[in-house]
Amino acid sequence: MVKWNKVSIAQLGPLLGLLLITIVLGVMSESFFTLNNILNLLRQVSVNALIAFGMTFVILTAGIDLSVGSILALGSALTAGLLASGMDPILAICIGLLIGFLLGAVNGLIIAKGKVAPFIATLATMTIFRGATLVYTDGKPITGLSDSFSFEMIGKGYVFGIPFPAIIMVIVFLILVFILHNTVFGRQVYAIGGNEEASKLSGIKADRVKIGVYSLTGMLSVLAGIIITSRLDSAQPTAGTMYELDAIAAVVIGGTSLSGGKGRIVGTLIGALIIGVIDNGLNLLNVSSFYQQIVKGLVILLAVLLDRKAK
Amino acid sequence: MTSDPFVQMNNISKAFSGNKVLQQVDFTVNRGEIHALMGENGAGKSTLVKILTGIYTKDQGNIYVQGKQMTFSGPKHAEAYGISVIHQELNIIPHLTVAENMFLGKELTYGKTGILNRREIRRRTAEALTNLGVHDIKSEQLAGELSIGKQQMVEIAKALTTNAELIIMDEPTAALTEHEIENFFHVIKKLQADGVSIVYISHRMEEIFEICDRITVLRDGQYIGTKATPHTSFEEIVKMMVGRELGERYPARNHDVGEVVFQVKNLQLANYFRNISFSVREGEILGVAGLMGAGRSEVMEAIFGYRKLDRGTIELNGRQVVIKHPRDAVNAGIGFITEDRKSKGLIIHASIKENIALPNLRALSRYGIIHKRKESQLISELMQKLQVRATNEMQEVKSLSGGNQQKVVIAKWLAIQPQVLILDEPTRGVDIGAKKEIYTIMNELSKKGVAIIMISSELPEVLGISDRVMVMHEGKITAFIDREEADQESIMTAATGGA
Repeated sequence: MVKWNKVSIAQLGPLLGLLLITIVLGVMSESFFTLNNILNLLRQVSVNALIAFGMTFVILTAGIDLSVGSILALGSALTAGLLASGMDPILAICIGLLIGFLLGAVNGLIIAKGKVAPFIATLATMTIFRGATLVYTDGKPITGLSDSFSFEMIGKGYVFGIPFPAIIMVIVFLILVFILHNTVFGRQVYAIGGNEEASKLSGIKADRVKIGVYSLTGMLSVLAGIIITSRLDSAQPTAGTMYELDAIAAVVIGGTSLSGGKGRIVGTLIGALIIGVIDNGLNLLNVSSFYQQIVKGLVILLAVLLDRKAK
Repeated sequence: MTSDPFVQMNNISKAFSGNKVLQQVDFTVNRGEIHALMGENGAGKSTLVKILTGIYTKDQGNIYVQGKQMTFSGPKHAEAYGISVIHQELNIIPHLTVAENMFLGKELTYGKTGILNRREIRRRTAEALTNLGVHDIKSEQLAGELSIGKQQMVEIAKALTTNAELIIMDEPTAALTEHEIENFFHVIKKLQADGVSIVYISHRMEEIFEICDRITVLRDGQYIGTKATPHTSFEEIVKMMVGRELGERYPARNHDVGEVVFQVKNLQLANYFRNISFSVREGEILGVAGLMGAGRSEVMEAIFGYRKLDRGTIELNGRQVVIKHPRDAVNAGIGFITEDRKSKGLIIHASIKENIALPNLRALSRYGIIHKRKESQLISELMQKLQVRATNEMQEVKSLSGGNQQKVVIAKWLAIQPQVLILDEPTRGVDIGAKKEIYTIMNELSKKGVAIIMISSELPEVLGISDRVMVMHEGKITAFIDREEADQESIMTAATGGA
């Protein structure tokens, strides 16, 4: 019983933090609790949340993926290129997602088969993919994309007044929760992060699982990129720069252990919301973006310190 | 021996959040005595030691060192009074030299300059090793290059540099080879002759009767008694430890073995083993004996697909099977219980459920989705069958005793309903009650027709439960000995490469 209580307090930590920050910002800024702002906030959060969901899988296997921002940019640029050439938007988006999956698989292959440390492997591909994006776009934004309803909808649409990106985020979240807790793949993700050797000796093909999590992350990064592309009506060669940091921060704030095997995706959602609320609230309060960075860094530190205390 | 107590612990009690782990325990160690401290896991041995060295504070009782009442504030303080502890997991830093390890934390310097006096450190290290009668360890050697047995010698020498008069050793022989154990006993006896007292914590009965002067037994945190080894017996000590007659140590074997189900031919892995051919029959227990480094574990890991074979074939039910990954072995119905429970057998921070389910996820799922009810059902059946003592299936395996952890590992593999089960040191670090339970499980599996291969470094265990013994020496099989002809001598002869 005692144990159960302890666990739940540790798990509730991020949620309590989110509520606290929300209330404080709500009191300080009148416009924070308006429906408009909340919906706006959810849309802003969705991009980071989608990347961070994938990052959660990666970190659960005791890995890390620094290349998410570059994959986002390259995937978006290629998708935009297809759209600009007049391809059917749905098909172009599917191909874009597949490209993200494959770029992630490249990471996974280097890490699993080449036995390169994830930090190093994705540091290298981060540079390579960014370079490839610049080569492909010639350093210029790709514009003149599709004005079809389905493509416009992704970044700018609303369903029953809720921004479409937020809906995508929630659907993806539910699917991933299911995958993580109800499927063999999910169990294997936790297992290889908990003890890779013991997992292999239990007949788990750890290499495949690793390739799987990086592919998933690549695909989700491009999905986030397509949302941005649709919203801006253009693909920027510098899109997604430094996004890996916010994604990792969301995962860590959400209580997932960087050493793998422990953590929950719902924590990541809360982590992403915390970061989003801080960004949004400080903007409303007209705090300079220089100070915002300091606040964000402090929140990350605080979250990790509290998490350690709770354990 | 005249009684000349070095340490006297009287009436020691300790509780952790209301849970009494020690109740009025008495423990006296005489000067120059080797005193065994025995008890099942959880009996309170390590708590008692931690109270002596000041890691825990006692709730009640007195400690006297050389007649003077003392309460130590921690291991450093205890060390200053001549009490050292050598833990089962050795405190050796592999990348440092032997000399650096010996003086870790108490480096000799030129005055207070902080500059190391390397020459003096080397000289004293060499001196301490020579005093122990150890001549094949160089002070400038990297400690990681030494065998476990030699690392242990370094630890003992390290204790002696602090002028230890009492050395507490926790399972000192657990990782030693037969030959190293001999050496080790030799060193211990030399220490004893020099007036050093030893507290010897171990599960190995034979060793304790060979080397210890007295045995103190704890059970469930209570002091059960102290016996002088010449005046007690194996059975009496076991009875004191478990509180009941354990009966026969090994279950009666049925000799109804069937046809050959598992056969390997000419297995080879460069630098580890070659020409390995053997077979196991249905319901047979094949014991695999040999010294550490004989290649026994490597053979089994290769059969299981954890290492890549250079050549050789594996046959199951007369048909050749190709095993490239443990997954292939699992699918073929081969289970493998590793010797390294904590780092290879279990996910230590995960729950009992997750651990047991791991090799069975396929059977418990459809289209990749886990059937949770089926899973829970399987887990609770297995926990009941193997009598895993835990609050529930969600308990972290880290918090279980060694014996219960081992049962979780066994449960993992029972669920795949193996045809062949390989167990590597299945009772290492397991207390005597749980040991017997594990033997019983093995016996029952063999009755159901499972072919069992058991690697063990404990000869009594090999002799007690095997139908046949295969002996390895330096990567080769040197003998197959039938149960009737097997004895310690014949096995040791083959294990050391003799004819």
